[in-house]
Amino acid sequence: MKLSIIAALSVAAAALVMSKENEPKVTKIINCRILRDHKIVEKDAIWIQSGKIIDPHKFFWYQKRLPDVVLDAEGLIIAPGFIEAQINGAFGVDFSVPMDHDIYEKGLLKVNRGLLKYGTTSYCPTIVSSSSSVYHRVLPHLKLRAGSAETGATILGAHVEGPFINKARIGAHELKVLQASANDGYKNFKEVYGLEGETPEAQRKLSDKDLNCIKIITCAPELEGVMDTIPDLVKAGITVSVGHSMANISQAERAVENGATFITHLFNAMSQFHHRDPGVIGLLGSRLDLPRPYYGLICDGIHVHPNSVKIAYDSHPKGAILITDAMSAMGLPLGNYQLGNMSVTKEDDRVYIEGTETLAGSVITLDACVRNFIKFTHCSLVEALEAVTLHPATLLGIQDTKGVIKPGADADLVFLSDDLYVKRVFVAGEEVDLKSIDVEAVEKF
Amino acid sequence: MRLVIRKDFEAVSYHVAKYVKERIKEFAPTATKPFVLGLPTGSSPIGVYRNLVKFHQAGELSFQHIITFNMDEYVGLPRDHPESYHSFMWSNLFKHVDILPENVHILDGNATDLDLECQRYEEKIAAVGGIELFLGGIGPDGHIAFNEPGSSLNSRTRVKTLAYDTIVANARFFDNDITKVPNLALTVGVATVMDAREVCIIITGAHKALALAKCIEEGVNHMWTVSAIQLHPRGMIVCDEDATLELHVKTVNYFKSIEKVHEQLIGSDNVGLQGGVRSWRGGAESTYHQ
Repeated sequence: MKLSIIAALSVAAAALVMSKENEPKVTKIINCRILRDHKIVEKDAIWIQSGKIIDPHKFFWYQKRLPDVVLDAEGLIIAPGFIEAQINGAFGVDFSVPMDHDIYEKGLLKVNRGLLKYGTTSYCPTIVSSSSSVYHRVLPHLKLRAGSAETGATILGAHVEGPFINKARIGAHELKVLQASANDGYKNFKEVYGLEGETPEAQRKLSDKDLNCIKIITCAPELEGVMDTIPDLVKAGITVSVGHSMANISQAERAVENGATFITHLFNAMSQFHHRDPGVIGLLGSRLDLPRPYYGLICDGIHVHPNSVKIAYDSHPKGAILITDAMSAMGLPLGNYQLGNMSVTKEDDRVYIEGTETLAGSVITLDACVRNFIKFTHCSLVEALEAVTLHPATLLGIQDTKGVIKPGADADLVFLSDDLYVKRVFVAGEEVDLKSIDVEAVEKF
Repeated sequence: MRLVIRKDFEAVSYHVAKYVKERIKEFAPTATKPFVLGLPTGSSPIGVYRNLVKFHQAGELSFQHIITFNMDEYVGLPRDHPESYHSFMWSNLFKHVDILPENVHILDGNATDLDLECQRYEEKIAAVGGIELFLGGIGPDGHIAFNEPGSSLNSRTRVKTLAYDTIVANARFFDNDITKVPNLALTVGVATVMDAREVCIIITGAHKALALAKCIEEGVNHMWTVSAIQLHPRGMIVCDEDATLELHVKTVNYFKSIEKVHEQLIGSDNVGLQGGVRSWRGGAESTYHQ
């Protein structure tokens, strides 16, 4: 009797070894505090297989084996990898400047890898208002491409900020490339950006196959023809954001009715809040039957005053999406740089046009935005983290795979200390060697 | 049969968990000599599992060489359904401990051939040499596992129709909708439980007081299926004060006095884990008797 049990056990053990060789490796992360379902969950684990979060309950019953690797997170907080909806460049790379194919790709790789240091594991490279020829050259680089520990953050598709924006709220964009109207509707957009889909429906098919290079369009709905084109853009699988706009409240609400779901850098480059006509900002107080849009907040404490950040958060906490809107000096050491045709000086968390006190853009990092957001609003840790994970993921319709820690989602993870500094990063289930990135970013520049 | 009375649910849970831990340690299981444990689901064992997890986390208990067999599972409920007993065991015990997945057994309520599944379950229990210790809880009607009143006391693992009372009671787990409650289950039989070398039943709460009285003060009766424990050579019931409400004072006092006498005259260190007395204080020879 005993012998037969031992024989049976050893057969089972052999079968187990065989199945282990065939099945992809499973990693279990223990001793962590997990952001899950709007809570910080303690005494639980994250299970990863083939780059995805898996359901350990199913794994236990169906695969009938233990994890191959058990990793101790030493009590750190684990959040989904951060998602950034608006960033113009970093590490000396400006996404809006066309380059030879290989040089542009090299720059992208540098940013993709460099952003991991700050916890960003997917993002929308942002292109400022440009001429059609620029879009035609840069956008083909910015189609969805999945990230990895080697190649860095996932590119989700471009955020094209303009050129269908109001010249009275131009910000740092170039006046001569703006489009004053879109009287031919979708066709105008298609031609300017070089979209491949002849119709919104055709473009949608490309979007569904992740072949659409544009994820977000920032436009001013008050421009002739733009308001009526919003439904077509949405149909094409593109997120429409209101920004660089003088829209009054009724125009802004119509844009939302037509399908706009985002406000580009709230408070910046829009009509100021007036109590009789609150303009785009007024969307935060929209009537109940209108879905309130998400809004981007540059959380560097400079572009938006901390009190304004708190006002926005208090009125619509579930809509907050933190953005850096960073320019190419982000991630660079302090000093003087020639960026495109601009000479700039980077000091602390600010960057000036050399010899002046004019800000040349933002150089904040996304993890710093999270820390600022808590400081400015006194919101909970969960709310602050969701403003760079769940909220942008939901805005972009990718909340089943990004911005969440649940079975089926991509295993993009950020390990954070209690004071919210990035300690470890996983992309698609593989740990990133953060130290190697530090060296590379500084030396290669 | 032993009846251990503790103050409340917490004290009962701790006592049983500690007992299980000590029994396992005494057994000293290895890969070739695993400890086979029978397990229940429901509200009764939750506190026991919580304590077992604590023992495991404190490094006092390993599940490495423990094989488990659960009592029952609904028929037709997906394994991942939050109310399945697979889910219950996963979230209350298995996910927290180092048990090997291949050592865990729960009846498959979605098997294509349910009778065959039940037959194989009995075979699997036999193949590992039978169950060393079966933990159980009871329903207010004295049922053990899904052996509803009227079940044969010689029953083995089989498909069982749930009593209307049980369906109504379980509706709270299914959106209070009795149509959503499965009306069939697979369950080990009364005899499957009683075949274990030791049986330990948890009974807590005033609502189970009548069942406890029926099970230990009256005869063996298939209308109170857990009463079969009266015929088991190593049966133990651990209950709280509330569950003793329907017992005779004499019964309660007798069982309480056993512990007291042991404590005072023999010394708790001289009492075996299963209640046996190793030697009488002052006695000339070391003896061991029940």
